[in-house]
Amino acid sequence: MRLKLVPNDTKVDFFSFSKISLGLSSVLIIGTLIAFFTMGLNFGIDFRGGTMIMVETPEEVAVGEYRDLLSGVVDGDVTVTELSDPAAALTGEANHVIMVRIEQVGDDAAVQNDLIKIVKDTLSEGFEGIVFLQTDSVGAKVSGELIQAGVLAIVLAVGAVLFYIWLRFEWQFSVGAVVALVHDVFITIGIFCVTQIEFNLTIIAAILTIVGYSLNDTVVVFDRVRENLRRYKTMGLKDVLNLSINETLSRTIMTSVTTLIALLTLYFLGGDVIRGFTFAMIWGIVIGTYSSIFVASVILLRLGVKRDWDKTDNAAGTQFADVDA
Amino acid sequence: MLQFSIWKKGLIWSLCLLGIVFSTPNLFYSKVEKANDARALVATGVVATPEMEVDIAAWPEFMPSMLVNLGLDLRGGAHLLVEVAVEDVYADRLDSMWPEVRDALREIKDDVGSVRRQNSGPNELRVKIGEPEGMPKALEVIRDLTRPVVTLTGAGSHDFEVSNEGDILIFQLSEAEMIAMDDRTMQQSLEIIRRRVDEAGTREPTIQRQGADRVLVQVPGIGSAEELLDLIGQTAKLSFLSVVQQTSNADIRAGTGNVVYPDADQEGVYYVLERVAVVTGDQLVDAQPTFDQNGRPAVNFRFNPAGGRKFGVYTAENIGSPFAIVLDEQVISAPTIQSHIPGGSGIITGNFSVDESTRLAILLRAGALPAEISVLEQRTVGPELGQDSIDAGKTATVIAFALVLVFMVLTYGLFGIFANIALILNVTMIFSLLSVIGATLTLPGIAGIVLTIGMAVDANVLIFERIREELKGGKGPARAIELGYQKALSAIIDANVTTLIAAVILFAIGSGPVRGFAVTLGLGIVTSVFTAIWVTRLIVATWLFARKPKTIEV
Repeated sequence: MRLKLVPNDTKVDFFSFSKISLGLSSVLIIGTLIAFFTMGLNFGIDFRGGTMIMVETPEEVAVGEYRDLLSGVVDGDVTVTELSDPAAALTGEANHVIMVRIEQVGDDAAVQNDLIKIVKDTLSEGFEGIVFLQTDSVGAKVSGELIQAGVLAIVLAVGAVLFYIWLRFEWQFSVGAVVALVHDVFITIGIFCVTQIEFNLTIIAAILTIVGYSLNDTVVVFDRVRENLRRYKTMGLKDVLNLSINETLSRTIMTSVTTLIALLTLYFLGGDVIRGFTFAMIWGIVIGTYSSIFVASVILLRLGVKRDWDKTDNAAGTQFADVDA
Repeated sequence: MLQFSIWKKGLIWSLCLLGIVFSTPNLFYSKVEKANDARALVATGVVATPEMEVDIAAWPEFMPSMLVNLGLDLRGGAHLLVEVAVEDVYADRLDSMWPEVRDALREIKDDVGSVRRQNSGPNELRVKIGEPEGMPKALEVIRDLTRPVVTLTGAGSHDFEVSNEGDILIFQLSEAEMIAMDDRTMQQSLEIIRRRVDEAGTREPTIQRQGADRVLVQVPGIGSAEELLDLIGQTAKLSFLSVVQQTSNADIRAGTGNVVYPDADQEGVYYVLERVAVVTGDQLVDAQPTFDQNGRPAVNFRFNPAGGRKFGVYTAENIGSPFAIVLDEQVISAPTIQSHIPGGSGIITGNFSVDESTRLAILLRAGALPAEISVLEQRTVGPELGQDSIDAGKTATVIAFALVLVFMVLTYGLFGIFANIALILNVTMIFSLLSVIGATLTLPGIAGIVLTIGMAVDANVLIFERIREELKGGKGPARAIELGYQKALSAIIDANVTTLIAAVILFAIGSGPVRGFAVTLGLGIVTSVFTAIWVTRLIVATWLFARKPKTIEV
C-alpha cells in the first residue's frame, strides 16, 4: 500500500556504469563548450544593457507587425519575441504576451528615457487595448557591475563550500563535491546556450541554488561514505561507495521527486516571469542528482581516501593501501 | 533523543504558536492594511472619518498587525536607480571662492601687482599675479582664507589646498573637503527627491542612498518609471535674470559676466543674459499651479521677504525692459516688466500643459537638486502583471504544497502526516518571520518558499529512511526512532549549512530579485531544520509514549 519509488535493499553496482556516465558527462561538457562559443548565452538586459518592454494585447498580433511598426521609430536593434504560456492550456484563457527588446542606444540616460516614451506611444497608437506589463531599462554601467557581482557570487559560493567540506571531511571529498558542482553549473549554462532562454539576474540565483542543492545531495552520500568507512574497515573503497550510494538511494530519489513536484508546479502555473528561473532549477536538480551519484563518487574513488580516522586504529592496518592486499 | 523536559516542550510549542499568531495578519491582507493605514493617520492627529472607524474596527488592536511587504513585482510600481553628478558642485564652489580670493589679493596689490583669473580645469581655480616676487605673501594671505574641515577622517585638513606654478596661484579643493561636499550633496539630493515624491502624494516610497553617489527610488503604485523620472530627474534650478539682448545666433559672443541660453519653446531664439541672477528659486516659499488671465496653465509663486524685496526693487528700476525666467539653462519666458511688482509674488506663464504646470509647481516647492542626476536603471511593473504574478504565485504554492503533502502521506503513512504538520508549521513560520523583520516578498521570493517546501521534507526523509534501516536491522520501535534521529543529524546539518552558505552569499552580493530569493531561502532553511529536528521529534515522541506500539511501519 505504501508508495515505493526505490525497492528495498538495492544492490546496484554504480561503477559498472562509470564508462557510460563518464562518456555522457564528457559529451555534455564538450557540447556546452561548443554551444557557448557558437551560440553563446542570450543575455538579458540585466547583463548587456538596453530596454525590455513586455506587453499584452487582447487580440493576437503577429510578431512581424511589431517589428514593422517599431523599425520606423527606433534606430537600434529591436528583437520581438512571443512568450509562450503553458498555463493557457490549463485555464483556457490565452493571453498574447510579447516581449520587445531594444539594444542600448548610446550612454545617455535621457535618450533612453525618450526612447521608451516614443516606443510606448507608438505601440499604444498601433494596437488597441495594449497593456504594458513591464518595462525595464538598464544602463551599460550597471549591467557591467551586475555581471561582475553575479560571477563573483558563484565563485565565492563554490569557494566557501569547498572550504566547508574540507573542514568537515577530507580534501578528496571536497574535490569530488566541487568537481560535481562545476560540472552541474557548466551543463546548466550549456542548456541556456542551446535553448537560448534569456540569461538574467534571476538565473544567477537559480544557479546558486543548484550549487546548494547539488551539494546537499553529494554531502548526504559522502556523510554515509564516511560512516561506512569507519564501520567496514576492511571493505574496499569501491564497495563502500556502492553500498553508501545504495543505502541513500531511496532518500536521494525521494527528495529529488518532492522538489521536482514543487518546481514543476511552479513552472507550469507560476507565470511567465519566473519560468526561465524554474526551468534552470528543474534542470539543475536532475543534473545535480545525477552528478552526486555518478560524478562525485567516481572522483572520490579515483583520488582514494586515507582511512586513519582514529589515530588508535592506525596500527590495525586500516590504511586504504592495505585493503586490497 | 526522545526525552523532552517540560520546559523544552513548552518552548518548542510556544515558538510554533508564535509563528502561527504572527503569520495570521497575512491571511487578511487588505483588511489589516486598511486598518494599519487608518491607525497611522489617526496617530498623526487626523480626526477619523466613519469609514476609517470601520477600517480600524475590522482588525482588533491586540492582534499583531505586521504584514509581509509586497515587492514591486507583486504590486506594480516603478524602480529607478540614479547617479548624482556630485562633482558638478565643485565648480560652483570654486566659482564662489573667486570674489573672495580676488578681494584678498587686491588688498596686497602693492606686493602682487595685477590679479587675473585664468581658464582652468573643473577642479581648480588658477590666478595669475603680476609680480611673481609677491608669491610667498600671496600664498600666505590666501591660506588664511581656507577653513578647517570638520569630518571624522579629515581631521587636521583644510577645505582648500593652495600651491603655485611660477606666477600662477593654484587653488584646489582638498580631498577631505570633496568627500564632505559629496556627502552634503547626497544628503541634499535625497531630501529633495523625498520631498518631490511626497509632494506628488504617492504611497510608501523607498528612497535610499546606495554606495557613494547613487540613489535608489522605489514607488509602488505609480504608473511608470518615466513618470517618476519626470518628477525627480529635473534639476529645477529657477532663476530670474536680466536680459541683455535677444538673438537668433547661438554662437554670439556673450561678453564677460554674460551667458547665452536658448528659449524653451521657440527654436532658434536665444537670449544673452547677465550671469548673476536677480533672484533665484531658493528664495521661493510657495508655488501653485494656476491659470493666467487668458485661461492658460501657469504657475503662481511667492518669494520670501528678502527675495520679495530684491524683486520689488529690481522691477521698480527696470520698468519697460525685459527679464528672463530661466529653468535649468532654458528661458521659459521673457516678459517685459510692465510695472513695479511689490509684495514678492508673481506668475510664470509659458507654453505649459496642465500636467506640466502642476509638475513645475511641485518642483519649485520642493526645491532644486544640488547636482544633475542621470539614470542607471529604470524598471516598471504594471499593476496587471503584479496581480497576475500574485495569482500565479498563490496557485503554484498551494498546488505544490498539496502535492507534496499527498506524496508524503503515500510514502510514509502516519509518519508522513507528522512530517506534513511540520511542513505546514514551517511555511507559517517563514511568513511570520518575513512579517516581523519587515522583509519584502518578491516573486523570486515565492519561488524560494516553493523550493523550501520541496527541500524541507528532505530532513524528514533523511530521518525516516534511517528509521526504516534501523527497523530492518531488527531494532525495536523506540530504539529505531532514537537511532534514526541521532544518525541522520550530521547529514542534515552538513546539507543545510552548505545551502545556507549559498543563501548568505546571495544575500550579501545579490541585488533586487536575487536578494528577495536569498531571504526566503535562508529563513526557510532555518525554520525547516527547526521543524524537522525538534517539532517532528516531539510529535513522534509524544505519539510513541501515548500508544507504546509493539511494531511500527515507516
